[in-house]
Amino acid sequence: MSLLSLDGATVRFGGRAVLDAVGLEVAEHEIVCVLGPSGSGKSTMLRAVAGLQPLDAGRVALDGRDQAGVPAHRRGVGLMFQDHQLFPQRDVGGNVAFGVRMRGAGKAEQARRVAELLDLVGLPGAAGRAVASLSGGEQQRVALARALAPRPRLLMLDEPLGQLDRSLRERLVVELRELFGRLGTTVLAVTHDQGEAFALADRVVVMRDGRVAQSGTPLEVWQRPADAFVARFLGFDNVVEGTVAGVAADTPWGKLPVGEDAAQGTRSLLVRPAGVRLVAPDEGLRCTVAARTFRGTHVAVALQPPDAPRLEAACALRDAPAVGDVVGVRFEAAETVVLGGAAPA
Amino acid sequence: MDLARPEVTAPRRGGAAVRLALMAVPVAFFAAFFAYPVAAIVTRGLKADGVWRFGRLWDVLGAPDIRHVLWFTTWQALASTALTLLIALPGAYVFARLDFPGRQALRAVVTVPFVLPTVVVGTAFLALVGRGGLLDELWGVRLDTTVWAILLAHVFFNYAVVVRTVGGLWAQLDPRQEEAARMLGASRLAAWRTVTLPALGPAVAAAALMVFLFTFTSFGVVQILGGPAFSTLEVEIYRQTSAIFDLSTAAVLTIVQFLAVGAILALHAWTVRHRESTLRLVDASGTARRPRGAGQWALLAGVLAVIAVLILLPLAVLVRRSLSAPDLGYYRALTRTDGGVFLVAPIEAIGTSLRYAVVATLIAVLIGALAAAALTRRDAGRFVRGFDALLMLPLGVSAVTVGFGFLIALDEPPLDLRASWILVPLAQALVGVPFVVRTMLPVLRAVDERLREAASVLGASPWRVWREVDLPMVRRALLIAAGFAFAVSLGEFGATVFIARPDNPTLPVAVARLLGRAGDLNYGQAMALSTVLMVVCAVALLVLERLRTDRTGEF
Repeated sequence: MSLLSLDGATVRFGGRAVLDAVGLEVAEHEIVCVLGPSGSGKSTMLRAVAGLQPLDAGRVALDGRDQAGVPAHRRGVGLMFQDHQLFPQRDVGGNVAFGVRMRGAGKAEQARRVAELLDLVGLPGAAGRAVASLSGGEQQRVALARALAPRPRLLMLDEPLGQLDRSLRERLVVELRELFGRLGTTVLAVTHDQGEAFALADRVVVMRDGRVAQSGTPLEVWQRPADAFVARFLGFDNVVEGTVAGVAADTPWGKLPVGEDAAQGTRSLLVRPAGVRLVAPDEGLRCTVAARTFRGTHVAVALQPPDAPRLEAACALRDAPAVGDVVGVRFEAAETVVLGGAAPA
Repeated sequence: MDLARPEVTAPRRGGAAVRLALMAVPVAFFAAFFAYPVAAIVTRGLKADGVWRFGRLWDVLGAPDIRHVLWFTTWQALASTALTLLIALPGAYVFARLDFPGRQALRAVVTVPFVLPTVVVGTAFLALVGRGGLLDELWGVRLDTTVWAILLAHVFFNYAVVVRTVGGLWAQLDPRQEEAARMLGASRLAAWRTVTLPALGPAVAAAALMVFLFTFTSFGVVQILGGPAFSTLEVEIYRQTSAIFDLSTAAVLTIVQFLAVGAILALHAWTVRHRESTLRLVDASGTARRPRGAGQWALLAGVLAVIAVLILLPLAVLVRRSLSAPDLGYYRALTRTDGGVFLVAPIEAIGTSLRYAVVATLIAVLIGALAAAALTRRDAGRFVRGFDALLMLPLGVSAVTVGFGFLIALDEPPLDLRASWILVPLAQALVGVPFVVRTMLPVLRAVDERLREAASVLGASPWRVWREVDLPMVRRALLIAAGFAFAVSLGEFGATVFIARPDNPTLPVAVARLLGRAGDLNYGQAMALSTVLMVVCAVALLVLERLRTDRTGEF
């Protein structure tokens, strides 16, 4: 049985459904990441699970028990806020001890738990420090320690790494995954950053306009985006409309090869940049190189075909053409995905 | 190295010069119209035949009736403060956190009493709980001979101080702080007690000190409602100077009040400096929610009921009493000169009051804005902070002392203003300046220094920086400050009662004089004139509420 289940959960703000009949299951020890642009309803979903936002319809169940009427402080879930919301008038120890104290623990147990958790998040001995003296990364760690201290059955993270700089974010996301794996914590996180979601989650749920657009393992979502919206949100720009017939699709970029079991008819198609191969100008679609961007591991090349949308290709640095060069383009069936959902307008 | 030094220090010296220039006018103003008159009255009281007689201090303080006045002044102020907090804190919560139709308008309404002249407040409560008042008519209950009338009038008067000071901060506290506590297992009440209350603490303390200050120095309300039995220091000073002509006793009492007010203000400055220091504040417009659950609805209903009974009812009764003569008789009587109370028709007091208030507002805004500008400068040091506290003094120092000081100090060269009408606006401006400074400072301080830097990097001179960056941002605050100064000047009573000339009474003075006479007609005219004064003040305030800045002001 899943630890958390949402069933038709709906929240309306002034007639607009911010959360629109959302269904979601989170199993015990699972790490689920909800991914979506701002305004897609992900934070509202966390607040609804936490009991901070009443549902207009549907239900939230924890351990199979309906949580309607259960106030926030009795749900036994933890929530780490986007900007941490550390209590400025308490020191680090006072913040971490708060949840344990609310459950009636004695002074000695509070102190023990604070020390234990500060060790866990890599800030041993920081209990006496003022919250204002912490760096962004340290605040994040204290917020995590505070949320974990009362041993919530479900830990929810709202943009857990949102305000940190990139290198710190990449390091912390690995630490978080390790930590949650070791503790067996059940986690429901929301983020707008797909890198963070993929690195953290066992399962990713993509949301759009208050609805679930796709749900699956990071690999599934990455390999087979459900529709053009998900594909574009994941950062794929080579999305085009075409007519699939057999193992080929007719598109503004010419004939694209597709897999044998591809859905037929008018569809959106995605070609991953790795599937755009550069060949001699007369051997494929003739394109002019419009721009090239160095990406560290590869070079992203923007290609302008005549009378068709731009294409992005990924090439190794030494193979990358210069801006203004004319090249030919061929597409690989393995990197071409026929997307579901409505074709883009 | 020596060559580099002048380059470093030169701009600082320039800054100091600008600051001195900015402060020169306010300092001169306070020296001439506050320090000098107060010093004159103290000298007059304690110096006889060229010899200081400090022994008078102990003589006066040892007298049983004076000790009784001191005791009453203190305990009624404490009781008023406690009662105000008890009644107004739920109101602060409701206005800060609950979203309901008419919230803005109602917030303006509860602020009306604060700018109402104390004389009107006293009159309104007299009409409610006094002889022949509403309670007397309905149930035969009279409170005007008890201390409750004074306490309730003080709550009425100071309700807005708590709602605005505490509620203003409350609205800016991030509600997610409480939510964070709730997620960690704290109940609603525990979350409030452990997270919100500590954050509000300094603001509550600041509001409590302000209320204590206002009630400690209460004059008009006690003068009207206190009768012979209850007398505060301020009323006693008035009695000693104007009725008994015992200047030395008045001077001693003035010194006592001066010291007490100084201590309260120092404490207030300390709490204000510690307030908001470590809090995370958010935009107040997004923190209010529709009431949810029976508890919040009940609280809202309770607060609305309190406002109706405690704030709207006295005002309504005042208006009703003013209309109780047929054909608006009391209002029409205001236009006649045969009442014998004044040399002119009472109605002319309206024009006089408005003229005085406009002049006083101009003076207060000029002085207050200069002082605020000087206080905002980045390099403001300890000296300037002292100046800040000094500016607050006229708020609490006996207005009666100021008025009486004007009378005895400004009647000989070099400052012979005795015969000049400017005396009244000057005294009123003195009370208005602290409001101007308090309203302008938070806004001026909130102007991001980097905006000014950006402007000067783009080629703006310091003067242009002020005009292009500061002025547009403080214009609304300036208007609000002017409005407050106007309302306060309009209602000023303690000082004006001394120096307004009999042929040119202001509205509050006219009301007090009418109340001092026997007869229904005089009483009814007092009610009518109070209503007029109330309407003028309320209109000024409602205009202000439209202009309200989003920063937390203190009033």
